[in-house]
Amino acid sequence: MTYSAPAHGAEQPFSARARARRLLALMLKEAKQIVRDPSSILIAFVLPLILLFLFGYGVSLDATRTKIGVVMEAPSPSARGLASAFQASPYFEVRLATDRRELEEPLARREVRGIVVIPAKFDADLNKRSVTPEVQVILDGADPNTAALVQGYVQGVINTWASVRAVEAGRALAGSGPEDRMWFNPEHSSRYFLVPGTVAVVMALVGTLLTALVVAREWERGTMEALMATPVTAVELLVGKVVPYFLLGLGSMSLCASIAVFVFQVPFRGSVLALFAISSAFLLPSLGLGLLISAATKNQFLASQMALLASFLPTFLLSGFIFEINSMPKVIQWICQAVPARWLIPSLQTVFVAGDLWSLFVKDIAVLVLFGALFLGLAVSRTRKKVA
Amino acid sequence: MWTRLQSLIVKELLVVFRDPRSRIILILPPLIQLVIFAFAATLEVKNVDLVVLNRDEGRLGLELVRRLEGSPTFRRVAPVHSPSELRQAIDQQRALGGVEIAPTFSRELAAGRPGSVQIVLDGRRSNAAQIVDAYIGQILNDMTADESELHHQLASVPRVVPRNWFNPNLEYKWFTLPGLIAIIAQLIGLTVTALSVARERELGTFDQLMVAPLRTGEILAGKMLPPLMVGMLHITLYVIASVAIFRVPLRGSLALLYGSGLFFLAATVGIGLFISALCTTQQQAILGAFLFVAPATLLSGYATPIENMPGWLQTATMANPLRHFLVVTRGVFLKAMPLTEVAKNTMPMFFIALATLSAAAWLFRKRME
Repeated sequence: MTYSAPAHGAEQPFSARARARRLLALMLKEAKQIVRDPSSILIAFVLPLILLFLFGYGVSLDATRTKIGVVMEAPSPSARGLASAFQASPYFEVRLATDRRELEEPLARREVRGIVVIPAKFDADLNKRSVTPEVQVILDGADPNTAALVQGYVQGVINTWASVRAVEAGRALAGSGPEDRMWFNPEHSSRYFLVPGTVAVVMALVGTLLTALVVAREWERGTMEALMATPVTAVELLVGKVVPYFLLGLGSMSLCASIAVFVFQVPFRGSVLALFAISSAFLLPSLGLGLLISAATKNQFLASQMALLASFLPTFLLSGFIFEINSMPKVIQWICQAVPARWLIPSLQTVFVAGDLWSLFVKDIAVLVLFGALFLGLAVSRTRKKVA
Repeated sequence: MWTRLQSLIVKELLVVFRDPRSRIILILPPLIQLVIFAFAATLEVKNVDLVVLNRDEGRLGLELVRRLEGSPTFRRVAPVHSPSELRQAIDQQRALGGVEIAPTFSRELAAGRPGSVQIVLDGRRSNAAQIVDAYIGQILNDMTADESELHHQLASVPRVVPRNWFNPNLEYKWFTLPGLIAIIAQLIGLTVTALSVARERELGTFDQLMVAPLRTGEILAGKMLPPLMVGMLHITLYVIASVAIFRVPLRGSLALLYGSGLFFLAATVGIGLFISALCTTQQQAILGAFLFVAPATLLSGYATPIENMPGWLQTATMANPLRHFLVVTRGVFLKAMPLTEVAKNTMPMFFIALATLSAAAWLFRKRME
């Protein structure tokens, strides 16, 4: 018995058509797996909703109606005037006292976040030419961020009170002094930078964590080797893996962006084209890292831990999303340069609240594509080696 | 019963520690996180770049520029010559903000009035911008006060004298590190639990465990112990690092911290077991745990104060064990929190542990039938 030649018209395994069909089949298989397992939908669509919802409604760095105590050591007219200025401020909820000791316990228990002490000699000092009157603020240093913000707000209330008073007394002209303008974000809303950051975190999760988990499972169960035994090449296999998750990542990003803009009224001043260009560029290194991790660990648990460490945490901490890179020590700043998300966040923030600024986008996209090429290249060579 | 439990515990510990790679993954990442978190997770604002457009020809305009340059907050104060140049520097994020000094600045200040200055900030980074705004405002206030005193004029703006209790220099690490202890304990507690239950379920050995002559309570106890031990180990590592390397003052009782930590870990493991009981694969358990960790961390008061949240959300955070343990770690470290306060914050964790462990036991038992 002899093997018969392939029938006329049958496809050669490496013809362009056969490649295309194989790729399509692989992608279809992957897409089915995504749809079938509720956990990938949870990460791609439910988690972003939860995060956006929390950032949109609940979690913010903006203190509104901070509880403070105001101590008037002597109820002079000016002290009463200043105290009522605090009561009228939208930033504070005031608890009045005549002795600071009444408020010391509540400060330690965080029931008030600061104590403003208007000293007994305040009224007298205010009318002396030679001394600057002082107001003491006792803050809970255990929470330095709140302490600094409360101090700033207290100073603001005092400044306004003093200038109104000076104008009333005819001693000063109104309208002078510093005027500040917060560009792109006149309401000083932290939502404006938290929401673009959330988009980045979600794409990092879908791109790296989900991809690493799914591919590691194939290695763990041996189905990867089974796929390798077919005429599929390593590159085809990885492309077949990457494309569905790339689309899932873009879908998840679109959902986040729509909700941010339509539900939470975050401005979107750039173009949709720019948003997709930046996001696509970021998904390349994310997916590359996911594939690389799965090929290196071949174990779901290890892969998930590595993905969190290499992708989620840096995106959250080292990208400038919440924490200022400039404020970090030099060594950490260098590490930040190697975090793909560090090249995403400025462009993402810009496309949302500032507008299209292609000079910035092009540079960041170029860096992201380079990272992507590096990680994907490493993933391909790693996967090839595993089969050989 | 004791021997059965003992052999079960030995088996659980072996599973966790036998594989060299999972040993490394349980030790190394938490240490890397310690370093990165401690140094990077700071809302402090330093090394800020500013641009200044000085349109004032008088002495005091230059004096303001000099004072800005002298402030430790600002790394570079670059002069620009037109408003469009200032705008570009901020657009391209070469500077976080710009200060435009009006031509009348010197004259106004000499007349005892606050000088006209416009401060422009990059609202894309609104948190840092707000803090920088406050710094510049402070510098301007000081200048106004100094000039008024110099000319014996009526100093109209009272000076704010801050005093920061528990942390006089507002050291950011004193805030971050005690919080990290709680974060890492949560992460490790959930991870080890998910590792030990979900893998057994995916491999099918959990069913073998269920048909072994063991009570559900015993199986749960066996599953609880490894995460409790590894969690305690990490709490210890982090406490030592905080005190010895980062010099955070430990003012309260270590015994109270550990006592409260035990309840916190029990609550965390309870949640981990509950998630594992719902899942059938490792992927689901890992992602499920993550789905819990991310919101739980956001709603804990770790990075953003609870009281900034709307009232109903503040109520919801009561069910989050991390929220309570954070108060304890920070309180014990910096405020020497007394027993009554620690107990008050530990009670909710006890109830969460009770609820989640019973729910997990019920789910496992239901599976057996």
